[in-house]
Amino acid sequence: MSVLLIAEHNNKELKPFTLNASTAASKIDTDVHGVIIGHNCDEAAKALSELPLIKKVIQVDAAHYENFVAENFAPVIVKLAANYSHIISSANTFGKNLMPRVAAALDTSQISDIIKVITTDTFLRPIYAGNAFATVKSKDAKKCVTIRPTSFEACESSGGSAPIEKVSPSEEFAKTKFIKREEVKSDRPELGTARVVVSGGRGMQSGDNFKLITSLADKLNAAIGASRAAVDAGYISNDHQVGQTGKVVVPDLYIAVGISGAIQHLAGMKESKVIVAINKDGEAPIFSVADYGLEADLFEAVPQFLDELNKLNTIQK
Amino acid sequence: MKILVAVKRVIDYNVQIRVKEDNSGVVTENVKMSTNPPDDNAIEEAVKIKESGKATEVIAVSIGEEKAQETVRKALAVGADRGILVKTDGIIEPLAVSKLLQKIVEKEKPDLVFMGKQAIDDDCNQTGQMLSALLDWPQATFASKIEIKDGKLEVTREIDEGLETIEINVPAIVTCDLRLNEPRYASLPNIMKAKKKPIEQLNASDLGVDISSRIEQIKVEEPPKRKAGIKVSSVAELVQKLKNEAKVI
Repeated sequence: MSVLLIAEHNNKELKPFTLNASTAASKIDTDVHGVIIGHNCDEAAKALSELPLIKKVIQVDAAHYENFVAENFAPVIVKLAANYSHIISSANTFGKNLMPRVAAALDTSQISDIIKVITTDTFLRPIYAGNAFATVKSKDAKKCVTIRPTSFEACESSGGSAPIEKVSPSEEFAKTKFIKREEVKSDRPELGTARVVVSGGRGMQSGDNFKLITSLADKLNAAIGASRAAVDAGYISNDHQVGQTGKVVVPDLYIAVGISGAIQHLAGMKESKVIVAINKDGEAPIFSVADYGLEADLFEAVPQFLDELNKLNTIQK
Repeated sequence: MKILVAVKRVIDYNVQIRVKEDNSGVVTENVKMSTNPPDDNAIEEAVKIKESGKATEVIAVSIGEEKAQETVRKALAVGADRGILVKTDGIIEPLAVSKLLQKIVEKEKPDLVFMGKQAIDDDCNQTGQMLSALLDWPQATFASKIEIKDGKLEVTREIDEGLETIEINVPAIVTCDLRLNEPRYASLPNIMKAKKKPIEQLNASDLGVDISSRIEQIKVEEPPKRKAGIKVSSVAELVQKLKNEAKVI
C-alpha cells in the first residue's frame, strides 16, 4: 500500500496546505509519494523532496501545466494511480476542482473533506455544514480522498531528501484555456493558516467601514475574514469569505464583528479555539458559539478595542 | 443552444438539522425541503441566457425520490421549458449521479450542463467535475461570471487566491457559485403555467448504469458541542479576558 499526494504549489514554492495534506497522507500509510505537476517547477519539486514524510517525488513538467488546469492534471494522476492505493489532496479549490475528475476516471467514489483518518478505508467527515459528522468506509479498491487542511497539522518542511523522478507529460487538453488569475496580494498572514482572524459581516454596512476591521487586524497581526453577506454586498473580495462554501479557518482567536452567525458562516469558523463576537443584537446566533460575547455597537466597540490594545505592553504575534 | 440544468432536493438551508437517535443519518421526515441553493443560481443563469436569445431550450433534471419532482417543478416555474426526473431510492453518491447524468446528456445532447458547485447536504462538491471527466468535456467550476463569446464560454471562477478566468469550448460543464446571479422568485402565473410543462419520469434502474453504493455510511453523529461562553460587559473586560484568561493576545 502506498499513498500518492498531489502537491499544490505555484511552480516555485509549495502552497502551505501541502504540508497538512502530507500529514494526512502519512496517517494512512508511511509510504507517501508526492506528485508535482507544473511548469519550470524544479524549485517546488525540491521543496517537496525536503519534506521528511515524503519518500519519493514524481515531477511532471510541461508548459500546459503552468496554470494547474484540472483537465490537464487529471490524466497524469490517473496514469500514476496504478501504483497507489490512495490518492490524497487538500479540499481547497485546487483539490476540489481536480480530485473528482481523477476519481470518476478511476471509477472510484471519492470521499471529500475528511477531518480524521480512522483506518486506511474509514474516515470522518463533516456533512450539513459541519452540523453532523459522518463516519464513512470506502469499498472501492482505490481511494480518492480530499482532506480538510485545518484538521491536520502541517508537517516538517525540511530535513528530508527524497529522490525526484521525472515522468513524461500527458497530452494537452485543448478545449480548456487558462486566461488569467487575479490574486489579491497581501502582506498579512494567509486566512487559512493565520493565528488570529478578524472578520466583518453585513453589520459593517459598507466597504469603507471595513477599514475598522483592517485596523484591528493590523494590530493583532491577523488575517481578514468576512461573511458571505459582506462579500455579496461587495464590501470585500471573495477570497476573504469564511463559511460552508468559502474557507474553513481554525485560528487560535476568531473575532466576528457585525456577523449574525448564519449556519453557513458558523460552518467555517466554529472550530476556532477562542471565538469573540461583537454584535449589537444580543439574540444573534453568533453568541451561541462565542467564548466571549460583547453586545455593543461595533462602530463604538472596535475603536475602543484598538485603544485598549494600545494600552497593552505586548501583543502576541 | 440547449442547456441542461441539474437540480437537487435538499433540506432547506435555514433548517437546523437533527441527527437520528440511532445514528443512521439525519432526520428528513417533516422537514422543509428546497432546491439546493447554488442549483437555483444554475437555473437562473440558464434562463437568463435563453432570455438573451443565446439558448433555445432549458431542461431541468433531478435525480432522487418521487418528491424531487417538486424541485423540477420549481425550476419550470422560473423558466425552464421541460423537466426530467430520474427516480432512485436512498442515498445516491455523486459518482452514480454523474453516471446517470451522462446517460441523460447522451440522450438530450445539450451544449451546456449547469449545476450548483456543491450540495449543502453531503457537501461533496464532486458531481460536475465527475460528469466532465466521464464525458471528457471541459469543466468550469465555482463560476461567478459566464460570458458567451463566439460559441465559447469565458468563465470567471472563484478560487482561494481570488479569481481565475478560463475559456472553454462547448459542450461544457459549469458548476455555479452563489455569486453568479440573483435567482428570481417564481410568480404565481408562472407557477400555474409550470404545472402544464412536461416532466418525463425515468427509473434509474432502467438507464443501465451501476449506481450501487461504494461508500458505507457507518454512523452519523452530532459534532462535539462547544461549551457555553460568557457575555462581557465592556471592551476593557474583553481585552483583559483575552489577555489573562484565554491568553491569545
